[in-house]
Amino acid sequence: MVETRPARRATNTGPGRLLIAVYLLFAIAATSRAGLQIATRFDEAPVAYLLSALAALIYIVAAVGLARAGHTGRRVALACCSLELVGVVAVGVLSLADRELFPDETVWSQFGSGYGYIPLVLPVLGLFWLWRTRRDPA
Amino acid sequence: MTGAAANSPVDGILATVSIVLSLLVAVWALVAAVRHRPPDRVQFVGLAVLEVALLALTVLALVAIGGGDRPGEPGAFFGYLVTLVCLPPLAWVLARMEPTRWGSAIVCAVCLVAPVVVVRLQQTWEVLGG
Repeated sequence: MVETRPARRATNTGPGRLLIAVYLLFAIAATSRAGLQIATRFDEAPVAYLLSALAALIYIVAAVGLARAGHTGRRVALACCSLELVGVVAVGVLSLADRELFPDETVWSQFGSGYGYIPLVLPVLGLFWLWRTRRDPA
Repeated sequence: MTGAAANSPVDGILATVSIVLSLLVAVWALVAAVRHRPPDRVQFVGLAVLEVALLALTVLALVAIGGGDRPGEPGAFFGYLVTLVCLPPLAWVLARMEPTRWGSAIVCAVCLVAPVVVVRLQQTWEVLGG
Protein backbone atom coordinates (compact mmCIF):
# COMPACT_ATOMS: atom_id res chain seq x y z
CA MET A 1 0.00 0.00 0.00
CA VAL A 2 1.39 3.32 -1.00
CA GLU A 3 1.21 5.93 1.70
CA THR A 4 0.01 9.24 0.42
CA ARG A 5 2.14 12.16 1.32
CA PRO A 6 0.28 14.69 3.46
CA ALA A 7 2.69 17.45 2.36
CA ARG A 8 0.39 18.75 -0.35
CA ARG A 9 -2.21 20.72 1.52
CA ALA A 10 -5.78 21.12 0.44
CA THR A 11 -6.80 24.65 -0.47
CA ASN A 12 -9.38 24.83 2.32
CA THR A 13 -7.36 23.68 5.32
CA GLY A 14 -4.53 25.14 7.38
CA PRO A 15 -3.59 28.66 6.26
CA GLY A 16 -6.41 28.36 3.72
CA ARG A 17 -8.95 28.19 6.55
CA LEU A 18 -7.52 31.42 8.02
CA LEU A 19 -7.82 32.98 4.57
CA ILE A 20 -11.45 31.86 4.37
CA ALA A 21 -12.09 33.39 7.82
CA VAL A 22 -10.69 36.76 6.75
CA TYR A 23 -12.64 36.61 3.48
CA LEU A 24 -15.79 35.90 5.50
CA LEU A 25 -15.11 38.92 7.73
CA PHE A 26 -14.69 41.13 4.68
CA ALA A 27 -17.76 39.64 3.05
CA ILE A 28 -19.76 40.61 6.17
CA ALA A 29 -18.18 44.08 6.37
CA ALA A 30 -18.62 44.89 2.69
CA THR A 31 -22.14 43.42 2.47
CA SER A 32 -23.48 45.35 5.44
CA ARG A 33 -21.80 48.56 4.32
CA ALA A 34 -23.10 48.25 0.76
CA GLY A 35 -26.58 47.20 1.91
CA LEU A 36 -26.84 50.15 4.24
CA GLN A 37 -25.48 52.65 1.72
CA ILE A 38 -27.79 51.46 -1.05
CA ALA A 39 -30.81 51.28 1.23
CA THR A 40 -30.42 54.69 2.87
CA ARG A 41 -28.64 57.08 0.50
CA PHE A 42 -28.17 55.51 -2.92
CA ASP A 43 -28.63 58.85 -4.75
CA GLU A 44 -25.62 60.45 -3.08
CA ALA A 45 -22.97 58.30 -4.70
CA PRO A 46 -24.41 55.47 -6.82
CA VAL A 47 -21.06 54.53 -8.38
CA ALA A 48 -19.33 54.15 -5.03
CA TYR A 49 -22.21 52.17 -3.54
CA LEU A 50 -22.57 49.84 -6.51
CA LEU A 51 -18.83 49.27 -6.27
CA SER A 52 -19.22 48.41 -2.58
CA ALA A 53 -21.89 45.89 -3.56
CA LEU A 54 -19.64 44.40 -6.25
CA ALA A 55 -16.77 44.13 -3.76
CA ALA A 56 -19.10 42.43 -1.28
CA LEU A 57 -20.22 39.93 -3.93
CA ILE A 58 -16.61 39.15 -4.87
CA TYR A 59 -15.67 38.54 -1.23
CA ILE A 60 -18.60 36.18 -0.76
CA VAL A 61 -17.91 34.21 -3.96
CA ALA A 62 -14.18 34.07 -3.18
CA ALA A 63 -14.89 32.71 0.32
CA VAL A 64 -17.21 30.06 -1.11
CA GLY A 65 -14.71 29.18 -3.84
CA LEU A 66 -11.88 28.78 -1.32
CA ALA A 67 -14.09 26.74 1.00
CA ARG A 68 -15.31 24.38 -1.76
CA ALA A 69 -11.72 24.02 -2.97
CA GLY A 70 -12.48 21.56 -5.78
CA HIS A 71 -11.38 22.22 -9.34
CA THR A 72 -14.26 24.62 -9.92
CA GLY A 73 -13.92 26.22 -6.51
CA ARG A 74 -10.26 26.98 -7.12
CA ARG A 75 -10.99 28.49 -10.54
CA VAL A 76 -13.76 30.61 -9.03
CA ALA A 77 -11.43 31.72 -6.23
CA LEU A 78 -8.69 32.47 -8.77
CA ALA A 79 -11.04 34.64 -10.82
CA CYS A 80 -12.30 36.44 -7.70
CA CYS A 81 -8.85 37.11 -6.26
CA SER A 82 -7.62 38.43 -9.62
CA LEU A 83 -10.68 40.62 -10.06
CA GLU A 84 -10.30 41.80 -6.49
CA LEU A 85 -6.64 42.75 -6.99
CA VAL A 86 -7.46 44.64 -10.21
CA GLY A 87 -10.39 46.30 -8.45
CA VAL A 88 -8.53 47.44 -5.36
CA VAL A 89 -5.59 48.80 -7.39
CA ALA A 90 -7.82 50.51 -9.98
CA VAL A 91 -10.13 52.05 -7.40
CA GLY A 92 -7.14 52.98 -5.23
CA VAL A 93 -5.48 54.85 -8.10
CA LEU A 94 -8.73 56.43 -9.28
CA SER A 95 -9.74 57.52 -5.77
CA LEU A 96 -6.38 59.25 -5.33
CA ALA A 97 -6.41 60.80 -8.80
CA ASP A 98 -9.98 62.09 -8.71
CA ARG A 99 -11.66 62.31 -5.32
CA GLU A 100 -14.90 63.51 -6.95
CA LEU A 101 -15.35 60.10 -8.53
CA PHE A 102 -15.88 58.42 -5.14
CA PRO A 103 -17.44 61.02 -2.84
CA ASP A 104 -18.08 58.41 -0.19
CA GLU A 105 -15.80 55.69 1.10
CA THR A 106 -15.84 52.22 -0.42
CA VAL A 107 -13.98 49.18 0.83
CA TRP A 108 -11.41 49.76 -1.92
CA SER A 109 -10.93 53.54 -1.70
CA GLN A 110 -7.32 54.62 -1.16
CA PHE A 111 -6.23 51.00 -1.58
CA GLY A 112 -8.43 49.99 1.37
CA SER A 113 -6.73 52.31 3.88
CA GLY A 114 -9.95 52.43 5.93
CA TYR A 115 -9.53 48.69 6.50
CA GLY A 116 -5.82 48.69 7.32
CA TYR A 117 -4.89 48.00 3.66
CA ILE A 118 -6.03 44.41 4.17
CA PRO A 119 -8.16 44.61 0.98
CA LEU A 120 -4.89 45.18 -0.92
CA VAL A 121 -3.00 42.34 0.80
CA LEU A 122 -5.83 39.80 0.82
CA PRO A 123 -6.03 39.06 -2.94
CA VAL A 124 -2.24 38.72 -3.10
CA LEU A 125 -2.33 36.19 -0.25
CA GLY A 126 -5.25 34.46 -1.94
CA LEU A 127 -3.42 34.12 -5.25
CA PHE A 128 -0.26 33.00 -3.46
CA TRP A 129 -2.19 30.34 -1.55
CA LEU A 130 -3.92 29.09 -4.71
CA TRP A 131 -0.50 28.82 -6.34
CA ARG A 132 0.95 27.00 -3.34
CA THR A 133 -1.85 24.42 -3.31
CA ARG A 134 -1.93 23.82 -7.07
CA ARG A 135 -2.28 20.24 -8.24
CA ASP A 136 1.03 19.64 -10.00
CA PRO A 137 3.87 18.95 -7.54
CA ALA A 138 6.33 21.76 -6.91
CA MET B 1 -30.73 63.79 24.85
CA THR B 2 -28.05 61.63 23.32
CA GLY B 3 -24.58 62.70 22.33
CA ALA B 4 -22.78 62.89 25.65
CA ALA B 5 -20.44 59.97 26.15
CA ALA B 6 -21.91 59.34 29.60
CA ASN B 7 -25.29 58.52 28.03
CA SER B 8 -23.94 55.98 25.59
CA PRO B 9 -24.83 52.42 26.63
CA VAL B 10 -21.95 51.01 24.57
CA ASP B 11 -19.25 53.23 26.03
CA GLY B 12 -19.06 51.99 29.59
CA ILE B 13 -17.04 49.52 31.61
CA LEU B 14 -18.59 46.56 29.77
CA ALA B 15 -17.32 47.80 26.39
CA THR B 16 -13.86 48.34 27.86
CA VAL B 17 -13.90 44.86 29.40
CA SER B 18 -14.94 43.36 26.04
CA ILE B 19 -12.12 45.14 24.20
CA VAL B 20 -9.47 44.18 26.75
CA LEU B 21 -10.69 40.56 26.94
CA SER B 22 -10.77 40.27 23.16
CA LEU B 23 -7.22 41.59 22.87
CA LEU B 24 -6.02 39.23 25.61
CA VAL B 25 -7.52 36.24 23.79
CA ALA B 26 -5.93 37.52 20.55
CA VAL B 27 -2.48 37.69 22.16
CA TRP B 28 -2.91 34.25 23.75
CA ALA B 29 -4.02 32.79 20.42
CA LEU B 30 -1.14 34.49 18.62
CA VAL B 31 1.36 32.93 21.03
CA ALA B 32 -0.30 29.54 20.46
CA ALA B 33 -0.14 30.00 16.67
CA VAL B 34 3.52 30.98 16.81
CA ARG B 35 4.24 27.92 18.98
CA HIS B 36 2.42 25.64 16.51
CA ARG B 37 -0.33 24.93 19.07
CA PRO B 38 -3.95 24.23 18.14
CA PRO B 39 -6.67 26.29 19.87
CA ASP B 40 -6.64 25.29 23.55
CA ARG B 41 -9.21 25.43 26.32
CA VAL B 42 -8.18 28.97 27.26
CA GLN B 43 -9.05 30.22 23.78
CA PHE B 44 -12.46 28.55 23.73
CA VAL B 45 -13.30 29.70 27.26
CA GLY B 46 -12.08 33.18 26.31
CA LEU B 47 -14.34 33.21 23.26
CA ALA B 48 -17.30 32.07 25.39
CA VAL B 49 -16.72 34.75 28.04
CA LEU B 50 -16.26 37.35 25.29
CA GLU B 51 -19.57 36.30 23.75
CA VAL B 52 -21.31 36.65 27.13
CA ALA B 53 -19.82 40.15 27.54
CA LEU B 54 -20.93 41.15 24.03
CA LEU B 55 -24.44 39.79 24.60
CA ALA B 56 -24.62 41.78 27.86
CA LEU B 57 -23.50 44.84 25.89
CA THR B 58 -26.28 44.16 23.39
CA VAL B 59 -28.87 43.90 26.17
CA LEU B 60 -27.60 47.18 27.61
CA ALA B 61 -27.97 48.89 24.23
CA LEU B 62 -31.47 47.45 23.70
CA VAL B 63 -32.54 48.56 27.19
CA ALA B 64 -31.28 52.09 26.44
CA ILE B 65 -33.17 52.09 23.13
CA GLY B 66 -36.26 50.80 24.96
CA GLY B 67 -35.83 53.72 27.36
CA GLY B 68 -36.06 56.21 24.51
CA ASP B 69 -32.39 56.74 23.59
CA ARG B 70 -31.47 56.51 19.94
CA PRO B 71 -28.16 55.75 18.22
CA GLY B 72 -26.80 58.48 15.93
CA GLU B 73 -26.81 56.13 12.94
CA PRO B 74 -29.37 53.40 13.68
CA GLY B 75 -28.73 51.34 10.53
CA ALA B 76 -24.99 51.17 10.98
CA PHE B 77 -25.35 50.68 14.74
CA PHE B 78 -27.52 47.58 14.40
CA GLY B 79 -25.32 46.29 11.58
CA TYR B 80 -22.27 46.47 13.81
CA LEU B 81 -24.17 45.03 16.78
CA VAL B 82 -25.32 41.95 14.84
CA THR B 83 -21.85 41.49 13.35
CA LEU B 84 -20.25 41.81 16.77
CA VAL B 85 -22.25 39.06 18.50
CA CYS B 86 -21.61 36.74 15.52
CA LEU B 87 -17.81 37.08 15.70
CA PRO B 88 -16.97 34.78 18.67
CA PRO B 89 -19.23 31.96 17.37
CA LEU B 90 -17.62 32.30 13.93
CA ALA B 91 -14.16 32.01 15.48
CA TRP B 92 -15.35 29.06 17.61
CA VAL B 93 -16.74 27.08 14.68
CA LEU B 94 -13.74 27.71 12.41
CA ALA B 95 -11.29 26.94 15.24
CA ARG B 96 -13.10 23.62 15.89
CA MET B 97 -12.82 22.77 12.17
CA GLU B 98 -9.10 23.56 12.19
CA PRO B 99 -7.33 21.88 15.14
CA THR B 100 -3.91 23.14 14.04
CA ARG B 101 -1.88 26.29 14.64
CA TRP B 102 -4.02 27.92 11.97
CA GLY B 103 -7.07 27.49 14.18
CA SER B 104 -5.28 29.62 16.77
CA ALA B 105 -4.47 32.12 14.01
CA ILE B 106 -8.18 32.33 13.15
CA VAL B 107 -9.06 33.00 16.81
CA CYS B 108 -6.36 35.68 16.88
CA ALA B 109 -7.64 37.37 13.70
CA VAL B 110 -11.27 37.42 14.82
CA CYS B 111 -10.31 38.70 18.29
CA LEU B 112 -8.40 41.54 16.67
CA VAL B 113 -11.45 42.49 14.60
CA ALA B 114 -13.91 42.47 17.52
CA PRO B 115 -12.41 45.52 19.35
CA VAL B 116 -12.54 47.50 16.09
CA VAL B 117 -16.22 46.68 15.75
CA VAL B 118 -16.85 47.73 19.39
CA VAL B 119 -15.20 51.09 18.68
CA ARG B 120 -17.25 51.51 15.48
CA LEU B 121 -20.33 50.64 17.53
CA GLN B 122 -19.49 53.47 19.92
CA GLN B 123 -18.92 55.88 17.02
CA THR B 124 -22.25 55.08 15.40
CA TRP B 125 -24.07 55.65 18.69
CA GLU B 126 -22.65 59.14 18.98
CA VAL B 127 -24.20 61.61 16.57
CA LEU B 128 -21.48 62.23 14.02
CA GLY B 129 -20.26 65.79 13.74
CA GLY B 130 -21.92 66.61 17.04
